[in-house]
Amino acid sequence: MKKIRFSSILFGAAITLAVSTSCKKQLNQSPKYGFNAEVVYSDPNNYINVLAKLYSGLSMTGLSGPAGAGDIAGMDEGFSAYVRVLWNLQELPTDEAVCGWSDPGIPALNKSEWNADDGWIKGMYYRIYYQIALCNEFIWQSRDEKLNERGFSQADRDKIKTYRNEARFLRALSYYHALDLYGNVPFVDANDRVGAFQPERITRPELFSYIESELLAIEDELLNPGIAPYGRASKSAAQTLLAKLYLNAQVYTGTPRYPDCKTFCEKVINSGAHQLDDVYQDIFLADNHTSPEIIFPVVYDGLVAQAYGGTIYLVNGAIGGAMIPANYGVNGNWGGLRVTPQFVDKFQDSTLDSRYLFFTTNQIKDFTEPDHLSQFKYGYAFPKFKNKTKAGLNGSNNASSPFVDIDFPMFRLADVYLMLAESALRLGDQGTALQYVNLIRTRAYFTSAFNVSSLTLDDILDERARELSWEATRRTDLIRFGKFSGGDYLWAFKGGEVAGISLAAYKELYPIPNADVILNPNLVQNSGY
Amino acid sequence: MKFKLSIFFFFLFILMTGSVISQKASIKGKITDQKSESVYNALISVSQSTLKTKSDPDGKYELIGIPVGPSKTTVEVTIKAMGYDDFTFTVELEPNQVLEKNIELTDGVKSFEEAIVIGYGTTRTKDLTGSATVINEKNFTQGSMSTPEQLIMGKVSGLKINTNDGAPGSGSTLRLRGGTSINASNDPLIVVDGVPLDNGGIAGAANPLSLINPNDIASFVVLKDASATAIYGSRAANGVILITTKKGSSGESPLKVVFDTKHSISTVAKYADVLSGDSLRALINRIGTPAQQNLLGDANTDWQRLVFRPAYVTDNNVSLTGGIKNFPYRLSFGNRIENGLLLRDQFMRNSVTLNLTPSFFDNKLQVEVNNKLVNTRSFFANRGALGAAYFDPTQPVYSDTSLYGGYYEWVGANGNPNTLAAKNPLGLIRQREDQSDVWRFIGNAKVTYKIPFVNGLKAVVNGGIDQSEGTGATLTDSNSASGYFTRGSYSQYRSNKGNKLIEAYFNYNNSNGKGNQFLVTDLTAGYSYQDWYSSSPNWAAYNQAKDSIIGPAAEFPFYTKNSILSFYSRGIFTIKDRYILNASLRYDGSSRFSPEARWGLFPSVSAAWVISDERFFKNYMKKINMLKVRAGYGVTGQQDGIGDYAYISNYFVGTQTAQYIFGPDTLLVFRPSGFDANLQWEQTSAINIGLDFGILKDRFSGSIDLYQKTTTNLLAVVPVAAGTNFTNEILTNVGSLSNTGIEFSFNAGVFANKNSRLDVMGNASRNINRVIKLSQLEDENSIGVQVGGISGGIGNTVQVHRVNYATFSYLVYEQIYDANGAPIQVGQQATIDINNDGQITATDKWKDIHAYVDRNGDGVININDRYIANKAAADWFLGLSLNYQYKKWSFGLSMRSELGGYIYNNIHSNSGTFQSVNGTQGFLNNISSLYYEDEIRKIATNQLLSDRYLEKADFLRVDYFNVGYNFGKLEIFNDKVGLNAAFVVNNVFVFTNYSGLDPEIGGGIDNNIYPRPRMYSLNLTFDF
Repeated sequence: MKKIRFSSILFGAAITLAVSTSCKKQLNQSPKYGFNAEVVYSDPNNYINVLAKLYSGLSMTGLSGPAGAGDIAGMDEGFSAYVRVLWNLQELPTDEAVCGWSDPGIPALNKSEWNADDGWIKGMYYRIYYQIALCNEFIWQSRDEKLNERGFSQADRDKIKTYRNEARFLRALSYYHALDLYGNVPFVDANDRVGAFQPERITRPELFSYIESELLAIEDELLNPGIAPYGRASKSAAQTLLAKLYLNAQVYTGTPRYPDCKTFCEKVINSGAHQLDDVYQDIFLADNHTSPEIIFPVVYDGLVAQAYGGTIYLVNGAIGGAMIPANYGVNGNWGGLRVTPQFVDKFQDSTLDSRYLFFTTNQIKDFTEPDHLSQFKYGYAFPKFKNKTKAGLNGSNNASSPFVDIDFPMFRLADVYLMLAESALRLGDQGTALQYVNLIRTRAYFTSAFNVSSLTLDDILDERARELSWEATRRTDLIRFGKFSGGDYLWAFKGGEVAGISLAAYKELYPIPNADVILNPNLVQNSGY
Repeated sequence: MKFKLSIFFFFLFILMTGSVISQKASIKGKITDQKSESVYNALISVSQSTLKTKSDPDGKYELIGIPVGPSKTTVEVTIKAMGYDDFTFTVELEPNQVLEKNIELTDGVKSFEEAIVIGYGTTRTKDLTGSATVINEKNFTQGSMSTPEQLIMGKVSGLKINTNDGAPGSGSTLRLRGGTSINASNDPLIVVDGVPLDNGGIAGAANPLSLINPNDIASFVVLKDASATAIYGSRAANGVILITTKKGSSGESPLKVVFDTKHSISTVAKYADVLSGDSLRALINRIGTPAQQNLLGDANTDWQRLVFRPAYVTDNNVSLTGGIKNFPYRLSFGNRIENGLLLRDQFMRNSVTLNLTPSFFDNKLQVEVNNKLVNTRSFFANRGALGAAYFDPTQPVYSDTSLYGGYYEWVGANGNPNTLAAKNPLGLIRQREDQSDVWRFIGNAKVTYKIPFVNGLKAVVNGGIDQSEGTGATLTDSNSASGYFTRGSYSQYRSNKGNKLIEAYFNYNNSNGKGNQFLVTDLTAGYSYQDWYSSSPNWAAYNQAKDSIIGPAAEFPFYTKNSILSFYSRGIFTIKDRYILNASLRYDGSSRFSPEARWGLFPSVSAAWVISDERFFKNYMKKINMLKVRAGYGVTGQQDGIGDYAYISNYFVGTQTAQYIFGPDTLLVFRPSGFDANLQWEQTSAINIGLDFGILKDRFSGSIDLYQKTTTNLLAVVPVAAGTNFTNEILTNVGSLSNTGIEFSFNAGVFANKNSRLDVMGNASRNINRVIKLSQLEDENSIGVQVGGISGGIGNTVQVHRVNYATFSYLVYEQIYDANGAPIQVGQQATIDINNDGQITATDKWKDIHAYVDRNGDGVININDRYIANKAAADWFLGLSLNYQYKKWSFGLSMRSELGGYIYNNIHSNSGTFQSVNGTQGFLNNISSLYYEDEIRKIATNQLLSDRYLEKADFLRVDYFNVGYNFGKLEIFNDKVGLNAAFVVNNVFVFTNYSGLDPEIGGGIDNNIYPRPRMYSLNLTFDF
């Protein structure tokens, strides 16, 4: 009997073993659609689609437009759009914009009352490092030895090499934003593979050098402006970013680099690929991809590139009160964004300066009570971005959705002119400064009658405000001119008071989000936070 | 194919049962105990028949219609009564004979010997070393239920069941002994007739469990502690619920037909308390801005009463039960039509089940085949209309134009619908069609073969499948305000899901029914394989006319699959019938982890000592008939709730609406998803100590259990160091949490006399949940993981998972109140002397005063001043059921209570402030009457995160009350038809101090929920 029992067990064990080995293979499951890295990078035709994602990291918020499968977790997807967070951090704490919404972190930005747990500060930070991680992966996957391994043709290798340099540009751009907004940050490059590790900290001057070296290395490798398809980074894009880096070098490293700024501005201008648009307003319309002025855009489209961020926010968010959405080519009146009276006062002339684009009907210019911040009727509205074509037609959404065709001009020629003028003036060359400032004034007024004959640095700052309003550069400009913190220059809600009060100097840098400081002991919180 | 098979069997049985012609005999008599007192409610049954009866209060019984052959037939009659030994006798019966037989029962304890279903087999209740609770049909919740889990609501200690809302077919949240995880699943594993179910949602079904007809269920067994569940290893960390459906009766027995019909009316128990049109007008005219006043209408519309209605529900079931030779069968049909409280909401279910339990070769080969085929058809009324209470009551229902279907809508300056405004609730319902059709088949075949020559050894092979297909379409009228900009919408969906199970095991048991052996050994060893897939096509969304695409299709269809392979073994050793040792071991491999981390080992060991069987105890403690202590330890795993491919770096293709444009080329994007190559099993180890007792022949019996569960390698979504992954938050194994608790349950026969009997069943559970660790690096200053999004602004959260606190604790500001007890409002200016110069000057007044306590004293109010105030989960869960019988009348009552939990009243914090009236964006909203409590109106921002909005969620809910009358055999049907009638009220009453609609809120954040209906039902059960 014992024997039989033993054999039964043996028999059972044999069956079990037989079935189980066949089933063991079933434990290797992989997605039917979607593919792993090896599969993606084995086909040279796929690289451009990954590159498209690196670019769309600046415009879109996730895999499905307008929302769904978001890139950044832990916050509302629409709030996580690169241009939207960048814009909020660069504009809301300045004289150029107020937002009436009570969503967490918005009033804090307006009142300079943020802290290291604020959502927007986290949102920008994680968006920057999301871009950097994606770029690193692409840069690693497309390095020469990998391409050789995969046996691609020379033509494919050349093409991919350019993509790779564009990825390096995009990474440098995001590191530039990290440098400007956060200062001393974690550093990861393509040699860091995905996994649990704690990146080293890089100081602001070190990061400056890294970005500079990266941009210098790729400057000549990128496509020529005019040859590069619209939307992709050309040599001019890298040169403009270098100019911005040098213009603010004093802030970032303590050492001014104005001659270098001037050099790279001239390179951009001398390429001849970009010209000032004839009409200022046209740079911010639905068909602004035809504008000769835009050096590096962030592309949106009402049908094929939809997200609740970027220019969509700048159009819909600025519509409220008596404004009719259809007049701006959208169907949303999100009623949030206006400007401070101090910004309105920068315009000497409300009728002749074509950059005076305020909507004033039923709007009250001044803020006098704390809760005026949340009421759209206080502060002039500023529909600078409009989803209408030059011909006055609707965009591709036919005004029946909030999604616009307007590309966000991340870099444009007027900015280069003003950077050149500023560095020239700082180097004592009033003539060059006047030349470029007046080019811009002439365009704005459609006549040279309002040209100026002398310039101070403050004039340049004011000209930048008028010309580059709502283009996410104001905070950096105010800091460079020493007017962001301190009490020399006040505007509504600066420091949290309706009339504005002095702001502590440490607020010139945003804090590193606490969440990352906790996770990464290599990091040091910026002082004051 | 399998559906056709079921139909074939159905006809086969109709034919077979119809051909059986039999003759009848009867037995009657009186049942008494040893003191000659009559025994009431004893169950008398006859072998080879479903025939059963119960003794009346005088102990008398009568069994009519016992099937007998043409000559003498031997039948076996069994009498079971609580507190007595079973009594069995055999008699020879002739056709038409009426035998009289009086029976005297001897005292005994028999409930203890009952078989209980455990994982992969059954055991005697006595031999149970773990914590398990059985709920049989007689203790089920009464009334008209759409889903099975509602049958045991509040009946099992430690098992908290909350219906999610009152929508027809709506699901429930089940939590056994608290949740063991944060981001992996916290749902218990549900096994129906041996097939573990896929608990994921099915498109078109409100709840996957609604595809099981509760009327077919015979019993639930809830396995609670790890020593009982570890045999299910990988999926059992949150407990296991074994559902057994009704089967045919063994042996030869005639067809028994039961027809059960229920008719109910659902009513709205409570409406949200909001302002009337007149009140809102008065308020806005008093304190509103001119812009708000201009928007006011002059109507008085009660939107809630327009969209809610009393609704009719009916549930009809027919079952045919019988046995032909060794071929017992049960076939049942069910139909339920449930109209929802929300206008147009409807749920319809048709079900067929066929269970066959034949045996062959002298019972050597036993086969069990269970088939359940269910179809539900639902019409989903637009849930957007649940916000009806907050639509401006000063506006009329209809406009005087034909625009937007004639419904009044908020429009902008150019007459287009205002995209930010709520839409007309009635229009939302009337202008959308949303229908679904879902099929689900659950079937299994289990073959048990008693291996010859080896006494007590059997081999079991079980194969099962669970297939579902949900299809549906949603259509929005192009003439509606919500469909205006897209010219309506039309979208279709389909989801196919399925899982298949193959398992085989050997079981050896040497008891052989010979009794008192010194050592009884029960050994089980086996293997199982199960896989799950889910797929849905990538369909685009169109406008109503279907001539333009408004939502492009994804690049690929959706398909995902995972599998688990397991080996398991268990040994139960019973020494001298009173010392029981149980050990099990399970080894699971999951496709969701990398080959290196794939396998998990889940052991358990437990022991029990039946003290009452010891001689010393028997001699001295005569009143205590049973006393058993149990102790067990086990480890279970968890991998449900994580993605199927979360350990691999994969690229996915973006939609056509999220492309990027390079010059003339529009490009789809390829995005890598974040991944964690080192993902591994989450493990929960648990200790359980228990005590079971029975006093006075089990007249009073119960259990006490103490447990501690510790989860390690906790699967939680946590931030990753910036720049190190393709995401900023990832699901990974991090940290641990614990659940500690105590449970009591009891059954009491309070009294039983000649005519009446009262039984009480109660339970109480206390669970303490605590996060032990929640990050790779421990940091005491960490705020934790913020969760619990609320409405009002975007991105506000009110809850947190933080070390040393319960999950879903509230993280809020401490509100400051003025001398009159009114909350200080943000932006309120000082009427006190801030600069302490003895007088109130403009400087003092200019300064804002804090609305919240500056807890860290740094002068600013920010997130660092938020503190943990209470938590969502209740501390205590209590359940109490009463059954009273008086002659042929029966009365039942069941209630449930939760104590110690808190609710964040989001309706008060958001819709109860003047802020939410809006008016600045071209429309008005109604607000909650809670507004009058504090009149927060001046503030720029709602004080959403104030602790003022936390309220105690304590409640006592009377789940049902029923009155029944057993008419017995009806004379008008020649005594051939029996009738049982009952009147049931469900959701009778809720006792609570909570100011909102309903204190039973999943997750603790109260926004609008679909109101739970109060239901009045008439149930009639006919048996033939």
